[in-house]
Amino acid sequence: MKVLAIDTSNHPMSVALVEDDQLLATTTLNMVCNHSIYLMPTIDRLCQLVKWSPTDLDRVVVAQGPGSYTGIRIAATTAKVLADTLNIDLVGVSSLEVVARNVLPMTTAIIVPFFDTRRGNVFAGAYQWKDGQLTSQIADQHLAMSDLLTQLAKIDQQVIMVGHVTKKLADQFEKLPQNVSLAPRAYGIPSTYQLALVGVDQPAVKEIDPFVPHYLRITEAEANWQKLHPGVTRKNYVREV
Amino acid sequence: MAERTLILAFETSCDETSVAVVENGTKILSNVVATQIDSHQRFGGVVPEVASRHHIEWITRCVDQSLEEAGVGYGDIAAVAVTYGPGLVGSLLVGVTAAKVVAWAHHLPLIPVNHMAGHLYAARYVGEFMYPQMALLVSGGHTELVYMPKEHEYEIIGETRDDAAGEAYDKIGRVLGVNYPAGKTIDEWAAQGHDTFHFPRAMEKEANYDFSFSGLKSAFINTVHNADQRGEQLNKYDLAASFQQSVVDVLAEKTMRALDRYPVKQLILAGGVAANHGLRTRLDHDMAKYHPEVGMLQAPLKLCGDNAAMIGAAGYVDYQHGDHAGMDLNAVPGLMFKRMEVK
Ligand SMILES: Nc1ncnc2c1ncn2[C@@H]1O[C@H](COP(=O)(O)OP(=O)(O)OP(=O)(O)O)[C@@H](O)[C@H]1O
Ligand SMILES: [Mg+2]
Repeated sequence: MKVLAIDTSNHPMSVALVEDDQLLATTTLNMVCNHSIYLMPTIDRLCQLVKWSPTDLDRVVVAQGPGSYTGIRIAATTAKVLADTLNIDLVGVSSLEVVARNVLPMTTAIIVPFFDTRRGNVFAGAYQWKDGQLTSQIADQHLAMSDLLTQLAKIDQQVIMVGHVTKKLADQFEKLPQNVSLAPRAYGIPSTYQLALVGVDQPAVKEIDPFVPHYLRITEAEANWQKLHPGVTRKNYVREV
Repeated sequence: MAERTLILAFETSCDETSVAVVENGTKILSNVVATQIDSHQRFGGVVPEVASRHHIEWITRCVDQSLEEAGVGYGDIAAVAVTYGPGLVGSLLVGVTAAKVVAWAHHLPLIPVNHMAGHLYAARYVGEFMYPQMALLVSGGHTELVYMPKEHEYEIIGETRDDAAGEAYDKIGRVLGVNYPAGKTIDEWAAQGHDTFHFPRAMEKEANYDFSFSGLKSAFINTVHNADQRGEQLNKYDLAASFQQSVVDVLAEKTMRALDRYPVKQLILAGGVAANHGLRTRLDHDMAKYHPEVGMLQAPLKLCGDNAAMIGAAGYVDYQHGDHAGMDLNAVPGLMFKRMEVK
């Protein structure tokens, strides 16, 4: 199975081409860059290197969020349109899970990947390796970093946090709870090889059209509107004309 | 059989997700438009993040349906065209990303299209273009007079210095309790009223081709607020008619003056506000009276708002001229035609 894996959820952009369980080519950019400019040229260059034509692809696996709204939209749009236009499999994987997988399966600790979302908030989830399978312990969510740390301090197990500690978050990492430690910096960079491997094992989505990023937050405008209009059940606000 | 060049066109610059298949830049084989108006009406205007989210929900359905309705497959397509600006960056990115993927997957050339050139080319479905040409482009974000010495060359000779005409319609509409986008309703009300308020005609007599609508908008809002404070209810039909008369007067007069200065073979009227009945009728009248030698094409009512068919028509011409983008094409939210110094 020829797999393309894409992750542009945050600052790093990563692409991998994987055949069965073999990594053939991967590129990660972690400069101040624009995913819209670099993603397709990177996919194109890697395919040329391994001599794949687009139609050789069997499956596209994408980090579906959470993450930067623009970032996850670029990856999800690329993945869903590619799957649709080539009529191939599409798989979405949590962007947090991708980073959690950087921590070795030998550990029994709770693994907590996190992404800074500014103003002291993070996207975070909790994962744990069980019999070689990474399992979700606490669902991916958006919360205050301080609340996350309070929650983690109460866990009766070792916790390893993985992610990029931005300047804004640095203070809170000075005084981590006793049972909580931070994985080295390199572990916070997503590996699309890992992403491809998870994606190979998972069933493809049944319908491509409804595939959207996992934003984990409704927009402010919609939140306000819902407060003012409780009980409105209309779901679809888009129509063909 | 005659050669046929099919363009698969994408448009997602604002709050419509649209994909079309266009033959030789002149024939619409399909034009699927999914509008988000009902969604943004909840907020009184387009919310960019909401718009981007809707685009990604609809993009593949629109692509598949447009191919199906056209009865063609990717093998029949010669090139992919996409609006890359101007517009909302998050919205543009969905279309640009999708178009790049389709072009890459099927080894097709990618043609970047200026959304305003797209609006202009909606008129191409009415008749052939002749040059030199002048266009009055009036939409939600733009009000400009564009001079085209020849095909594929665009020079702005005048534009709005503040609000666009459509924006002004939407803002005064809100004051009258009309939901976004208000243009169509105000146009209908205007037909039932009279210009009794005589609002200002900004920059009408100035020796340039620029526009301004914020003064008119303020005058309108003040009039309504002052009446409110007096507990007086003004006739909404007359308010609409007075507002529209002021807009149409300025647009028509400046356009006639531009045609005096720039002899052209043809005038084009396009953009969302080109659907305005008052404006269409007035230009018909003024052109017959002042410039009977100049032909006029008005974009079809159905193609005044955002749609991918117009992008396909413009993209076809760009394609003939060899415009190609690489896989690094990005959205350019502030894309503009060049401005010409007017003497
Ligand atoms: N009959 C009408 N009379 C006046 N205005 C109208 C009419 N119909 C639509 N409009 C206005 O047209 C605008 C929408 O046009 P359009 O879709 O071309 O704008 P846009 O795509 O948002 O902006 P732009 O094309 O400048 O980027 C709205 O402001 C709407 O109120
Ligand atoms: Mg428009």
